[in-house]
Amino acid sequence: MKPVRKVEGRAIPFGRKNVDTDVIISAKWLKTISRDGLGEGAFESVRAQEGNVFDDPEYAGAPILIAGDNFGCGSSREHAAWALDDMGVKAIIAPSFSDIFSSNAFKNGLLAIPLPQEAIDRLMEVAKTDPITVDMESMSVTTPFQDRFTFEMDPFRQQCLMDGVDEIDLTMAKSDAIEAHETRVDSAQSWHKPVMA
Amino acid sequence: MEQDRPQTLYEKIWNAHVVDQRDDGTALIYIDRHLVHEVTSPQAFEGLRKAGRQVRRPDLTLAVPDHNLPTTARVDANGNKIPIADPQSAAQLEALEANAPAFGIKYIGASDREQGIVHVIGPEQGFTLPGTTLVCGDSHTAAHGALGALAFGIGTSEVEHVLATQTLQLSRSKSMEIRVEGLLGPGISPKDLILHIIGVIGAAGGTGHVIEYRGEVFEQMSIEGRLTVSNMSIEAGARAGLIAPDDKTFAYLKGRPMAPKGADWDAAVAYWKTLKSDDGARFDKSVTINAADVAPTVTWGTSPEDVIPVTGHVPAPESFADPSKQDAARKSLDYMGLASGQALSDVSVENIFIGSCTNSRIEDLRAAAKVLDGRKKAEGVKWAIVVPGSGLVKAQAEAEGLDKIFTASGFEWREPGCSACLGMNPDKVPAGERCASTSNRNFVGRQGPGARTHLMSPAMAAAAAVTGKLTDVRELMGVN
Repeated sequence: MKPVRKVEGRAIPFGRKNVDTDVIISAKWLKTISRDGLGEGAFESVRAQEGNVFDDPEYAGAPILIAGDNFGCGSSREHAAWALDDMGVKAIIAPSFSDIFSSNAFKNGLLAIPLPQEAIDRLMEVAKTDPITVDMESMSVTTPFQDRFTFEMDPFRQQCLMDGVDEIDLTMAKSDAIEAHETRVDSAQSWHKPVMA
Repeated sequence: MEQDRPQTLYEKIWNAHVVDQRDDGTALIYIDRHLVHEVTSPQAFEGLRKAGRQVRRPDLTLAVPDHNLPTTARVDANGNKIPIADPQSAAQLEALEANAPAFGIKYIGASDREQGIVHVIGPEQGFTLPGTTLVCGDSHTAAHGALGALAFGIGTSEVEHVLATQTLQLSRSKSMEIRVEGLLGPGISPKDLILHIIGVIGAAGGTGHVIEYRGEVFEQMSIEGRLTVSNMSIEAGARAGLIAPDDKTFAYLKGRPMAPKGADWDAAVAYWKTLKSDDGARFDKSVTINAADVAPTVTWGTSPEDVIPVTGHVPAPESFADPSKQDAARKSLDYMGLASGQALSDVSVENIFIGSCTNSRIEDLRAAAKVLDGRKKAEGVKWAIVVPGSGLVKAQAEAEGLDKIFTASGFEWREPGCSACLGMNPDKVPAGERCASTSNRNFVGRQGPGARTHLMSPAMAAAAAVTGKLTDVRELMGVN
């Protein structure tokens, strides 16, 4: 994973609540066996409507997306994170995210930044004309108009994102602890393993 | 001191699986069971290959295809496999068929008798057990919480992480108690109850939480019904649902192929009996629902929180306090082709789907067949299918003669799979048409581009098939 310290640029003022993962990437795009090329299918049903923000030249190439509450709800498809990444979005700012989406975003180095609705309302205004900066070190979102909103993220995730850590490597370094757990369960719970013919 | 404090069921399962605790509250959690299907696994196996990694515990992993599979016949009259027409679906299915044996994972194939929807076969095979941690690259993994397993959906990177390490790095969720007072009225099903609950707490009401369902209604409910309820926990935003295991759970699991046997069984049951929230255990959030308030429930919009009793009227967007919800309601009504104030009982449906990991178990099929027995689908209903959750459910239903009831009433009797729940296989609802569906999501385009989904119980979907309109099943069944 590439380290992410800062994302800055224009932001797409989408603003919608309960954006589900079927809206981010619909099922027909899930038949791929690769992680790449999904940007083309991102927000397909929204883009079918004239005057949608995603096709507005004003926001072409914008690396930030602003949305409403409960972003990424629904299916566990990581294709949603891959599609956002592939369309060039590196940070999503919303009042809340679904648990699975927020984890999928994290695994792909996408920033899921939670900010209260008042901050979202202000950023939606700024986004129409000016760029926004998300800074991981100071955990803040700023605008050229001296707005400064700080956000929270668990310190482990923050560090992993800033260092671009491979989480599997990190866990594999704990294989002794994993083995100890397995030994403990094997002796205490003889019934534990599924009976597989 | 920690041990002396009364604990919730969630805390008990969590604590029993901590491999390594970090100072910041996150922990490395051991995963006891991993279910793998074709859609969310190819990139994970590819990741393992690239890094030269193995599957740590193939003996705790089970693979089965379900999402992509067509639900039409899989073998021809001569017993030969019928190829899958869509090349992308075929490639994804072939990838799982090759990856499973290459990594030593048990694979149930498309034409095996045990094949089915991953969340139907887990419990059915006894792979899902109380007190275990169970994951799958699918959000409806929440279903398995019905047996007292801590079960949740994960993304593909996490699938890869579990394959490689049999663990996940997680932060502890908050706990939410949903206590239901009283019992459901006649003709009201577990699906009505969970739709009602989602309506009360909202599609994000459970975000960051694990829900434990408590109250006599769940004690009386069958395991099939509990699976329906826990399955839709994710539609309320919750990571997982839990129902404490009891004698019904043990009776359901006993003798299942992958469940413990003999002395192991007795030891398991002794442990499982400790798996309940202690008296006085503290939940971060508590919600009380009155079972008497639950009517046959359907969705009118494009979020599972958009529910009303079938006897009700389509709400006016202005009736919502939140301006963004008003806007969402306007868009939903436009998409759904509904007008505010319209009586739901006036809404015609052209398609009926009985199936999905929410409602494709034997009890669901029995409930639908009971309504359809001796009746025909209405003329306006163009397409009506029943898709059993697994080959074993299908065989059981056929042994009971349910297939005959379905086909006599004009339904197609299909092979097991995810089918019209998600528009990934040939079973789709045409654009602009309505579907009375027993699945779990009414999102825009979920059942196919432009498809209009109304979620409901199997009995309600059957009633809609008979009248061609959204219908209170209690009227057909003479229940008041």
